Amino acid sequence: MVVFDKPKSLADISMHYCPGCTHGIVHRLVAEVIDELGIEGKTIGIAPVGCSVMAYNYFNCDMIEAAHGRAPAVATGVKRANPDEHIVFTYQGDGDLASIGMAETVHAAARNENITIIFINNAIYGMTGGQMAPTSLPGQVTQTSPYGRDVNACGYPVKVCEMLSTLEGPEYLERVTVNSVKAVKNAKKAIKKAFQNQIDKKGFSLVEVLSTCPTNWGMTPQNALKWIDEKMIPYYPLGVYKDRSNKENN
Amino acid sequence: MANKVLMKGNEAIAEAAIKAGCKHYFGYPITPQTEIAAYMAKKMPKIGGTFLQAESEIAAINMVYGVSSAGYRVMTSSSSPGISLKSEGLSYLAGADLPAVVINVQRGGPGLGDIQPSQSDYFQATRGGGHGDFHMIVLAPGSVQEMASLTVKGFELADKYRMTAMILADGTMGQMMEPVELDFDVAPAPEKPWATNGTKMQRKHNITNSLSLVPEELEKFNFARYERYKLIEETEALCEEYLMDDAEIAVTAYGIASRVTKNAVDEARKMGIKVGLIRPITVWPFPKAPYEKAAEKVNHIITVELSMGQMIEDVMLATKCKVPVTLCNRAGGMIPSVEQVLEEIKKYAKRGE
Repeated sequence: MVVFDKPKSLADISMHYCPGCTHGIVHRLVAEVIDELGIEGKTIGIAPVGCSVMAYNYFNCDMIEAAHGRAPAVATGVKRANPDEHIVFTYQGDGDLASIGMAETVHAAARNENITIIFINNAIYGMTGGQMAPTSLPGQVTQTSPYGRDVNACGYPVKVCEMLSTLEGPEYLERVTVNSVKAVKNAKKAIKKAFQNQIDKKGFSLVEVLSTCPTNWGMTPQNALKWIDEKMIPYYPLGVYKDRSNKENN
Repeated sequence: MANKVLMKGNEAIAEAAIKAGCKHYFGYPITPQTEIAAYMAKKMPKIGGTFLQAESEIAAINMVYGVSSAGYRVMTSSSSPGISLKSEGLSYLAGADLPAVVINVQRGGPGLGDIQPSQSDYFQATRGGGHGDFHMIVLAPGSVQEMASLTVKGFELADKYRMTAMILADGTMGQMMEPVELDFDVAPAPEKPWATNGTKMQRKHNITNSLSLVPEELEKFNFARYERYKLIEETEALCEEYLMDDAEIAVTAYGIASRVTKNAVDEARKMGIKVGLIRPITVWPFPKAPYEKAAEKVNHIITVELSMGQMIEDVMLATKCKVPVTLCNRAGGMIPSVEQVLEEIKKYAKRGE
């Protein structure tokens, strides 16, 4: 018998996310993985600044709220404090990870810091009301690119997995999405691997999740899911960008 | 008698931190404090600790935030421009009520300034050191011995009050060598039931956080924090008084300025001038009592500073301007000479006659 239940490591409270936002799905996947690996009691999660700032309320494991962009540095501290006993993950958006926190991201990867990063890329700043993100697509209309992202003035989007894959350091980099049942299943596989790598002391593992923001994209939830297929995936191809222990995947 | 070793001030800080049970250090190179990082890089791997050269001062203070969240004693060090970068983290540490020890071996500013000793970060250190209502405990060593002993004290106070203790040193204190005794009776770290170190499935989850979106609640946290600060002001202020009993003029200085001043006071005494020294050892909390006392009996107070005059404001507040307070200073990395301070003392001694 299959019983649909809430993961034990996910708090039994309602989340503040907008209808159609995929944060809830990714939170659930992280919690399912923590349950399945039996690591809730030793896991410490780091929440970012952005829409998922209050993720610290949604997981039942110990949680830390970091300053904007600094989660990988905070995670480094928590991990180094007790490398054998602490399982540490950060949960960060694109503004947090790829703009203000780029230095912390790149150097944690370069050091192959043994942590897990869940990177939510929805191509926009959600919490502050829909401004241009480092990952906003060329031509994308946002509050701070009202005429569409002009690459001559604002430059091009940052492709995080591609960029980090040029480094010797990181163990595992994969880009997934959650806009269909099949995609969700695949995303869970990637997230589980990113945690398992840490347990196995393999090092820095980052899963980039192409996500929706129907509210700030100005779309229905359904159209937002379609927009991932039509606009985001062509610019940000899904797949494994680095998997050092399984060379055939590279 | 205990064994003494000859050490640089910066090295004394590093060794004292290790003696205080700090096994995690994060830093970024900046003159004139890099010996601390170099010392930690050598020692930490040998004691199973962490030395990590962070990618920036910002990353270093956030690594400190992580270790402290997990309940361990932790330290970072820098010099003035680097402390400005850390100020975001200092505010978050305060907001999350986390203990940490931060060293500032001050150099001349503003901006990139120079690499010579300075005391021009006094305002930054004593007024909080970042955005929002908060304080750090700020200890101001006046010798290499105090570089060590106040570092140990810093760890104890940080844990006791769940806040940052800053060692406010200067380039001279960091670089000069003096004999130092390193046998300390260190208070063990208290239990930290708030630590985010894994629930072990035995308690509700802990959250380390400085976000509090309900203003009524945030206000409550701030008032509670200032109750704690009040207690610290009442019980933790430290000061040395030198030849103040019969003094008609008081000179006040901390750190390297106090060393120069003490010599000037001795010279003035030889000339028959009744002058004494008040040397704050904590600059936050500021030791008000000796100044209140002095204000009742001296004719004049001189503050000697390696800045354009910052501590002088605390002296005026502590004395409620009952006596004239004037500044004797050098800035931009320069140190007042004994002669300069002596001339200043003589000036006001004459007026007193």
